Amino acid sequence: MTTNRLPIGVLAGAAALLPVLLAVAAPLLAPADPTAGQLADRLLDPGSAGHLLGTDSQGRDLLSRLLWAARPSLTAGLLPVAVAGLAGALLGIAAGLGGRLTEQALLRTLDVLYAFPGVLLAIAVASLLTPGLGATVLALSVVLTPAVARVAFTETRRIRSAEYLEAARVSGATWPALVLRQVLPVVAPVVLVYATSLVGLAIVYAAGLSFLGLGVAPPTPEWGAMLDELRPAIFTHPWLAAAPALVILGVSVLFNTLGETLRAQVGNRAAPGVPPGEAEGAEPRGTEGTPPQERDAGHDSTTDRDPADGPRPVAPLPAPLVVRLPSRET
Amino acid sequence: MTDTLTEPSSNDLPLLRLDEVSKSWAGRPAVSGVSLEVHAGEAVALVGESGSGKSTLARLALGLVRPDGGAVAFEGRDPARLRARADREVRGRLQFVPQHPRGSLNPALRAGEAVGFALRAHGVPRRQRADRIGELFRQVGLAPELARRFPRELSGGQLQRVAVARALATGPALVVCDEPTSALDPATQRRLLELLTELRERTGTAYLFVSHDLAAVARFAHRTLVLRAGRVVEQGPTDTLWSAPQHPYTQALLAASGPEVALRDPNVRTTVEPNEGPS
Repeated sequence: MTTNRLPIGVLAGAAALLPVLLAVAAPLLAPADPTAGQLADRLLDPGSAGHLLGTDSQGRDLLSRLLWAARPSLTAGLLPVAVAGLAGALLGIAAGLGGRLTEQALLRTLDVLYAFPGVLLAIAVASLLTPGLGATVLALSVVLTPAVARVAFTETRRIRSAEYLEAARVSGATWPALVLRQVLPVVAPVVLVYATSLVGLAIVYAAGLSFLGLGVAPPTPEWGAMLDELRPAIFTHPWLAAAPALVILGVSVLFNTLGETLRAQVGNRAAPGVPPGEAEGAEPRGTEGTPPQERDAGHDSTTDRDPADGPRPVAPLPAPLVVRLPSRET
Repeated sequence: MTDTLTEPSSNDLPLLRLDEVSKSWAGRPAVSGVSLEVHAGEAVALVGESGSGKSTLARLALGLVRPDGGAVAFEGRDPARLRARADREVRGRLQFVPQHPRGSLNPALRAGEAVGFALRAHGVPRRQRADRIGELFRQVGLAPELARRFPRELSGGQLQRVAVARALATGPALVVCDEPTSALDPATQRRLLELLTELRERTGTAYLFVSHDLAAVARFAHRTLVLRAGRVVEQGPTDTLWSAPQHPYTQALLAASGPEVALRDPNVRTTVEPNEGPS
């Protein structure tokens, strides 16, 4: 099984890299200027001479626009995930290790953000700011952070009373050292996998914001904005109107596949974990940790687990906010 | 059994002193008014069945848990109030070997990194760490090459040896062992105990050894405290306790593993014949 998965992982990684490479190489690859068009050539269908994918309503080359649009669109997909990954990991770890007060303060604040449908929150935040790539990035960062923080919190909680953290505290480690060198190595892979699965979502959200005019301003090409520009042509030139939508779909599926693959991989190898006995139980949550359970060798079937037994069970992660896809695209 | 145990000089102040210590979890008392002392170079065992409060007591001694009542003092200081950097010398002299081989090492770090972390926390400069890790690994009977392995690539016995190496990294005067052998098979158990005994004889480290494994305690500890439901029901020199247990609970504990103790350790003489029941 493992041998089957590795090539898929490499493949998914390479495939997800493709749009990024195309975005970087846009100036070399684009056959025409993405912002200059000939009105005489407007709404040419795909396959027309000189315009492989046709032209938009202002006669601009669609392929060139799609390639150039990859830059802001992917930035809006990747940057907020990176920001949310970092901020969420730190907030989640802080809530997971902190005392009851810290935990409640952080989690309840994040819950307030979490309570809004993602797209609604993104629109609300973006509309407070000057439309542009910066607004999109910031809005999406705010939307994604609580979800990442939850994942990081759960993982931190799971290992909070682990014996190796107790031993690390006993060695006299400072809190920063404990967080960076003991907790982060366990939490980071899980956050990374989860964050990867959010990239596709962020791309769709970013497109949604531009579609609504809250993102990148015209004439700069952006997939969501292009979708809006070509919307009137949907009945006369359906392939032109569908092109940006297909690109958004394809790229987000690519990143989702990568996320899924990574999840399976991490689940396979050693998923950072402690024996279930460590994490279970309805312990009181005091500031000084959870009570050590009186442990009996016979009770813990995982202690002498042979590493060759096979993969550890994959811990279920919260599903990304898929239920809240933008629904106003008609 | 005393031939391998040299009675430590209990001259000056105790290294560790617990004074009428109590701790409850969610209203349920785990430890009630326990007092104990560990002197330099001494091995003290805490014996009791599951739920008797031994692990809580170990964590109270380490300062990982604050007592509800009573006082804990290690070298005269409250271990729960030791500051990471300012008190790291003292902190380093009080170390911990946890119970679960799989839980005692961070699964995301290599074995050497676990030991290196303790060295770093103790202020050993980076350049010296690699050498020290190799040295410590050899001290606990592990090939230094194993430092590059992840915990999942090591056996239970090897993992506990790494945990011991980590505890030794900071030059401890007292090592608190929370059932370090209970999850191991008997042969591995014995080898680990031999290692701990050897280290004690060589370095004069004192041990507070938590266990339900009577055989382990019998060959290892100078003194034994029997814990039941968070209270000490009996204590004394280990051999006295084994030869003439006073409290019925101790007698029951002994009876439960009496024959096994005798079989595993020919030096131990219980009052009970292996094939007979207790009186």
